[in-house]
Parts: sequence; structure tokens; C-alpha cells
Amino acid sequence: MQFMLLFSRQGKLRLQKWYVPLSDKEKKKITRELVQTVLARKPKMCSFLEWRDLKIVYKRYASLYFCCAIEDQDNELITLEIIHRYVELLDKYFGSVCELDIIFNFEKAYFILDEFLLGGEAQETSKKNVLKAIEQADLLQEVSNTGLHPESFVNPSCV
Amino acid sequence: MPAVSKGDGMRGLAVFISDIRNCKSKEAEVKRINKELANIRSKFKGDKALDGYSKKKYVCKLLFIFLLGHDIDFGHMEAVNLLSSNKYTEKQIGYLFISVLVNSNSDLIRLINNGIKNDLASRNPTFMNLALHCIAFASEIPRILVAGDTMDSVKQSAALCLLRLNRTSPDLVPMGEWTARVVHLLNDQHLGVVTAATSLITTLAQKSPDDFKTSISLAVARLSRIVTSASIDLQDYTYYFVAAPWLSVKLLRLLQCYPPPEDAALRSRLTECLETILNKAQEPPKSKKVQHSNAKNAVLFEAISLIIHHDSEPTLLVRACNQLGQFLQHRETNLRYLALESMCTLASSEFSHEAVKTHIETVINALKTERDVSVRQRAVDLLYAMCDRSNAKQIVAEMLSYLETADYSIREEIVLKVAILAEKYAVDYTWYVDTILNLIRIAGDYVSEEVWYRVIQIVINRDDVQGYAAKTVFEALQAPACHENLVKVGGYILGEFGNLIAGDSRSSPLVQFNLLHSKFHLCSVPTRALLLSAYIKFINLFPEVKATIQEVLRSDSQLRNADVELQQRAVEYLRLSCIASTDILATVLEEMPPFPERESSILAKLKRKKGPGNLPDIDDARRNVNGNTEHSEKTETTNKVTLVRTASAYLLNLNSTPTAGASLLVDVFSDSSTLASVEVSDENFPRFVCKNNGVIFENQLLQIGLKSEYRQNLGRMYVFYGNKTSTQFLSFSSSVTCNDTLKNHILSTSSVDPIIEGGAQVQQILNIECVSDFTDAPVLNVQFRYGGTLQNIAVKLPVMLNKFFQPTEMTSQDFFQRWKQLGAPQQEVQKIFKAKHPMDTEVTKAKILGFGVALLDRVDPNPENFVGAGVIHSKNTQVGCLLRLEPNTQAQMYRLTLRTSRDSVSQRLCDLLSEQF
Repeated sequence: MQFMLLFSRQGKLRLQKWYVPLSDKEKKKITRELVQTVLARKPKMCSFLEWRDLKIVYKRYASLYFCCAIEDQDNELITLEIIHRYVELLDKYFGSVCELDIIFNFEKAYFILDEFLLGGEAQETSKKNVLKAIEQADLLQEVSNTGLHPESFVNPSCV
Repeated sequence: MPAVSKGDGMRGLAVFISDIRNCKSKEAEVKRINKELANIRSKFKGDKALDGYSKKKYVCKLLFIFLLGHDIDFGHMEAVNLLSSNKYTEKQIGYLFISVLVNSNSDLIRLINNGIKNDLASRNPTFMNLALHCIAFASEIPRILVAGDTMDSVKQSAALCLLRLNRTSPDLVPMGEWTARVVHLLNDQHLGVVTAATSLITTLAQKSPDDFKTSISLAVARLSRIVTSASIDLQDYTYYFVAAPWLSVKLLRLLQCYPPPEDAALRSRLTECLETILNKAQEPPKSKKVQHSNAKNAVLFEAISLIIHHDSEPTLLVRACNQLGQFLQHRETNLRYLALESMCTLASSEFSHEAVKTHIETVINALKTERDVSVRQRAVDLLYAMCDRSNAKQIVAEMLSYLETADYSIREEIVLKVAILAEKYAVDYTWYVDTILNLIRIAGDYVSEEVWYRVIQIVINRDDVQGYAAKTVFEALQAPACHENLVKVGGYILGEFGNLIAGDSRSSPLVQFNLLHSKFHLCSVPTRALLLSAYIKFINLFPEVKATIQEVLRSDSQLRNADVELQQRAVEYLRLSCIASTDILATVLEEMPPFPERESSILAKLKRKKGPGNLPDIDDARRNVNGNTEHSEKTETTNKVTLVRTASAYLLNLNSTPTAGASLLVDVFSDSSTLASVEVSDENFPRFVCKNNGVIFENQLLQIGLKSEYRQNLGRMYVFYGNKTSTQFLSFSSSVTCNDTLKNHILSTSSVDPIIEGGAQVQQILNIECVSDFTDAPVLNVQFRYGGTLQNIAVKLPVMLNKFFQPTEMTSQDFFQRWKQLGAPQQEVQKIFKAKHPMDTEVTKAKILGFGVALLDRVDPNPENFVGAGVIHSKNTQVGCLLRLEPNTQAQMYRLTLRTSRDSVSQRLCDLLSEQF
């Protein structure tokens, strides 16, 4: 996967994750172009389209569009399910996620995505494992918030 | 989930986000953001050291502002500070900011690297993971990946991290003993680790397949275990009742890096797996959820890709085809789309081509009924791929009828496809002519030049279709409004073959002429030029209309036309028709000779449009109409008198750019053949004998400048292409050709961007080596598209022998001693010539120095004379060289004498230098 974009029906970008190095100018151009193209498509149309030399896979969840760019040989359907799994993860974490959750907690949305995908490849597809990792991170956060030194925190599964 | 996660106490951030959301207008939002940016900036600059929490909060705000689409140009330092914090949340935000905002070229990288290094070294797995997520450097990772005591989740991150590194900078992580151990991760108990490792191995195997061959058997074994497992076996790795779909897809991808396994047992095990996957597609779904069907079909499509990749098991291929056939009528648009796409590749396999053809009706139906243009596009592709002689007429007819309503975005491509299929599978050329004329009628605007050139080429080359073509274009031209492309084809064909239908009084010469001329005033300049050529051809074919046509040519609107090209044609053709005898006229205006036969230029265009590899190869045993045999371009013109040449060149030249010359109807895409027809510009060549920089070529569109430097036997030439227009040059390409003796002199040519923006300049670098002495010069060939027209330019590059001079200083005594040594008659070349420029001593000195030799003072007894010495460096030898130039101001003459150890060198240098004074 080369990048993932989340944007609203109004065309507002909510999250962007790039797995290829591009200049800011290029990123902005791509984003503008893709948001326009995808928003112009009608609901019953297929979720894939050819765009430059990439394939775009997108899906709409309520008011949010999830849009991934994959390479020629990549599998479209499995990418569609990557999007779905990510939505499931967000949903489980936030408890019926809505666009507002992602706006206000964008950093969490990033952390969850990073646990799931790394460098554009699925790292861990088990929902349980991803959530466990996030949960651990949150715990760690709590511990450090309560003033405990994180080095003294011993992860039980690490021993 | 812990409630603490939401907002985790960064109230300032939440308030800021709410503020932004409450902004009523864009201006208000920008104002609020600027205020916040100013605030953060002052906080960061302030004297008071910020605590970690505030730093984190502000960095978070910056991130949010960035997400809104604003540029962030500060805060990086603070983020890097957060990296080295001991608090997890601060570290995490630091990493987030860096991975979202920092480009790899930033100078902060060193600082970031330090932070990452520290975290990698820590024994804290969460920290290690954070670091791996953001990684920018390398050597430790393989160790982490294969170490026995590494936690699973860290292994996963490490694997993908390596993959990333391998893609961006492979030299950072050299292959080593860890590679063998990586393959064994395919056996790991933890499916998450296997998933991550498979991605890594696939990437590595694509680069060096031999090193990872052992992965085949492991992958097959793993796949087999997954597909045969009950859906609940894999617990959390089962996704909507599908066992580990991601891993399956990845394993199937990995296997596509290799040919079918040679080992029979392994091979049959793999076949079994693939069969199981195909069988599962037939089972009733375990869930009505779309996720179930997507995941299942994702695996199925990947399996089909593997079957097509192997292209060795006919039964599997046919089964795959049948399965896709079912999907063609599925109610899910996504599946129809993918089925059409996959079938395209199946069509090119000899085992499944026939099976694909059985679905023709369904595909045609898709073309007519699909509501989504991207699906229709796939249907067009598939029809194209499945076309062969048996169904060509049907497919071409369907495509033509679809063209009437097709989306504008895909019309041009359909036009090309129809033109190719019509040509390729034409048994009956009247059908071909009809098809192309239909094409022009339906979608004239999308018929590119290549298409109508091609129909003319074919008509000219096949005499059995000429009469029919003349009759058909004549009829088509009767329509009150016809496309300009039709006028072009009509003008050309009637000009050549109008005599074949002139016997019929309804299409008598005068009727033909009047018909063509009735379109004349509505046409653009290039078409008018073509029509004028058709008229002069008419004068030859039908003496009875000569007077009428001369009348037309003589009219002010022609003879005094504001357009030079039209005016010139009118004047020349009129004169030609007046003074030339019938015999001469008949010779000059003879029917065009057959065109050299080669691959269709349209096909080349489509290939370029789709990119190589994307176009299914439909070229089986059947040959092109014109076959593929290459003829020399020159057959067209060489055996005719010069006049014919000009006339035929004119007939072809619609573009009125002199350099594009006679290349119009020849295949505009095959480089080597066009060269012959492009005149090589060497106008400015002599100017570069004594200097290295300047403009070598210039016309209305393009300027080519040169800068060169030479040292001993090596040289480097910078070529600058300047677009003088305000429009883009497309498909820009340039190459250097030289004859055999010169071939190894050009070491390398850098690549140039295919697009040159209006007003822009691009640079190309040539590296040159003088291998041995030479006389010819390499030719630079430039091609590009400007406004729909292909421009061909050839320029002789000033790479000359004297460029490899090293000046040699010597005394008078030495000079004359050597001069005597080089006394053999063949070693000396002398030339006496008249001065072309004013005889100025300083200018002459500068020229001799520019030529490359040292100017030796007080060597010649006569102070008026110039004496020089130098050594030519080539890879093989060095040739010493002495020269003497004696001006005679009274007679305005020079005598130039050159002595070198090699006669060819003396001759060449003398030729080069004598032209300079």
C-alpha cells in the first residue's frame, strides 16, 4: 500500500498516512485530486478505480471515506477488508466510532493504524492482538501519568 | 477499553479542536489557527522551559493544524526532544509527529536516529516497537528479527521494518546469514509473525529469487494447512469465517515470484491447495456479510493470479475461467469488475483463450448495461483481449456501436483498439476501410493522426482495395457535414485513386473535384495544404479539369494566402502545371509507391498509452496486414528524380515544419526508421570547432544548447533543451546515434523527462570517450509531441577529433626537429584557401587556441605566421600534431599545413580548421 487517506463527505481530510516518500506539494496534489475523484462517484459504483499507475480502493463508512492506493499486483478485495478491519478496530476501541472520535483523538487513530499496518503492509491482522497492544500502551500511559517511571514498569509478557 | 484513552487529559487540545470546529467561515478558522501558531511559537521560544506535558500538547496541536492542510515549519526540535523523554505518551507523540511530518532528507535525521537507537537498545518492548515504526536506519534489525528471545510483536515490526528498508535503501541491510533464518519464520507458531515475515520474504524473493527458493516448500505447506483447516482453528486469525485471508493472499503472492515447483510432490500439493480454494468458491457462503465474501474471494482471485502466472495446468485455467464467468453476472459490482480484469489475463493463455471466448455475450452485455464507467472500461479491455479472427467482426461492431455513447474519457482508447483489431483481423479489406470510415464518422475528434495515416498506408499498399476505397470515401464525402479527418482521407485517396471511379458519370473528375473543393474553405490549414496536393494530382490524372484547377490555384485566396505553406504550394503547383510537359508531370505526380511495411504505429501508440505489459498480447500466429518486414525507408524516394522527391515530400508534409519533412506517413514511432527521413541539421556544427559552448540548433519550438568539457581522451557534454513555446512538449525523447566506427565513443547518455513544460529547460548529459581517431560525428535525435504533432529533429553533435587535444609547449628547436621527423609525404596535409572572415591576428590566435593546440611564440622566423602543437589523446594511442598557418593579407589567402604521425588525423584536422578562417 502506498498511502491511506480518510476524508469526510465534505472533502475534509481527517487522516493521512503515507508509506512512500513524497514532497508535501505532491501529497497535497494527490489528496486534492483523489478526494475529488472519489467524492464524484455514485454509491453503487465499484470500489476500485485505476488512477495513474496505481489502483485506488475506497469505501464509505457513514460520513467518512477510507481510501487506499495500492500497486498493480496488489489484491483489491483484501485491501477492502484491511479498511474494514481498521474500522472495526476503531469501533471497538472508541465504542461505536464516529467521525468526531477520529477528529478529537486523531493521535489514537494513528496509533491504532500503526499497530495494524507497518510500512504499508498488514503487520498484525488479529483484532485481539492489535487491541491488546493498544491497551498496553494506554496502561503504560496511565502508569506514567501517575508518575511512575516507565522503566520500572515490567511487561509480564516480556519476561 | 480504558476510559482514560479519550483525550487523555490534553484538555487544551480538545478545546482547540472544538474552537476550530465552531468556526463559521474559512477566514475565522485561519484566524484561529494563526493565533494558535503564534501562541505555540512564543511558548517554544519563551525563556521558561516547558514541561513534557505542555510540549506534548503543543506538538499535538501542530499535528492537528497540519492535518487541516496548513504548512508547519517549526516544532520539529520539540518533537525530537519528546523522543528522548522517559514518559511513554510523550515519546509516542514525538514519534507520531516525526513519522507524519518529517521527510527523510531533513537534517534532523541525525537527532532522530539517536533517539531511535536508544529505544532499540532498551529492553522495553513497547519502546522498541515505537522505534521500529519510525525507523530510519538499520544494521541491528536483522538481529532483532531472528533472535530467539525477541517478543512476537517486536519480530513483526522488525520484519516489516526491514522490508521498508530493503525497498528504500537496500545497501543498508546486506543479505547475510540471517536471510536463511528469515525463511524459517514461515514456520513460526505465531500467525502474526508469519504474516509480517511473508511480506518481507516476498519482497526479498523478488530481488534475489535464488536466495529464497527454500521458501516455496514452506509457503506451500503453510498454505495447505490454512486452506484445509476448519474455519475456527485459527481463532482470531479467522476473519468472518475465512481462515487467515491476509496470510493466504500473501503466501499466494510469494509463490508468484517463482515458476511452478519442480518437485512433483510439492507441485501436486500446491495444485491440491488451489483446487480446494476453487472448490470453496462453490460452497454456500457461511455468512451473508460482504466481509465474508470479500475475504473468501480475495484469496480466490489471488489463487487465480497464481494459476495464470504458472500457466501450466489447463484444467485449473479452465476452472478459473468458469469461476470468473460466474462472477461476470454477480450482483456485486466489485466482483464483476475484478472478474473482467482477471479474464483479460486469462485470454492471453493458449489454454484458456477459447474458454474466455464463450463469455462474449455477457461481456458485450456488460458494455451496454454497466452503469459504472470503470467497469465498462474493463469490458472493453476484455473484448479487445479475447478478439481473434473468429469474432473480430462482432467485437468491432459492438465497440463501434458503444463508441457512439461512450464516455469521453475512454473514447480515444476505444478508437485505437477498434483500428488495431480492424487491421489485424481484416480478411476482407473493404470491411477494414468501412470500419475506419465509420470510426471517423462516429468519433472523428478522437481519431488521432496515426489512425488515418494507417488507413492510407494500407490502401496504398493493397491495390485490391483502392477502387473500393475511392468509391467509399467519395460517398462518405457526400454527407453535408463530415469530419475534417474524413476530408483528409478523402482528399488523399481521391488524389491517388480518383481515376478508378472516374468512369462513372456520377463521380466524374469534375464532380470529384467540386466535392472536395466544397469542403476546402471549412478546413484547417494542414488539411487545405493536403487538398492542394490532391488538386495537383488531379491535374495529372484528369487533364480535362486542368483549367478549372488552375483557375482555383490562381485565385488571390490561394496565390496570396497569408499562410506561407499554402501560398507556396499554390505558387509551385500552378507553375508546375503550366511549364511541365505531360511526361514530366506524370513522373513527378506518379502514384505513391508502397510504404515500407512494419508494425502498426497505432499499436505502438496503444502500447505507450497503456504502458508495456498492460496490453494483453493478442499477436499470435496471425501476422499484421503488413507483416513486420522492415524495408529501408529510402526505397520511397531514392530511385526518383529530385523533383519527385520534393513533390512527394510536399504531398506528405502537412505540418509545414521543415524538419518533420517527409516523415509523415511513415511509422512515426520506430526511431531508427524515421531517422533516415529526417534531415540532419549541421548548420551550426562548424561553429563548435573552436569553442565548446553555444546554441547548436534552434527553430520556432525548440532551442538546443551545448556546454562541453574535455580532458585528455574523455569528454562530457551537457545538452540543454529549451521549450520556447508556452505549451508542454509531450513524449519527449532524445537519443544519440552514430555509425559503427563511432559506436563506443559515446559512453552514456542520461535520461530526460518525457515532458518539458512550456518555457522550461531540461538537461541531458553525454559522456564521451575518444577510442581512436575518427571523422564522423554522432547525431542527436530528438522527438516530441507538440500540439498533436510529432516533431523529429536530428542534429549533428560537435564531437570532433580536435576536442581531445592537449596543448604542448615546446621550444623552437624542438618544434623544427619534430617537424622534420614528421616529414613523410602522407603525414603532411596542406591546404591553401581564401579567407572567409576579416584577417585579424587576435581572432586567429583565439581560434587556434580554441582548436586545442598550444600557440608557440617566436618559433616561426616569420612573425606573421602562427605555429601550434598538441597531442590528441585517444584510448588506444596518442597522436602528436604540429600545425602552421601562414596568412597572406595581400591575397586574402591562408596556407595551412598539418603534420601528424597519422595521415587520417592530419587530413581530418586540416578539414576542420581550414573552415574557420
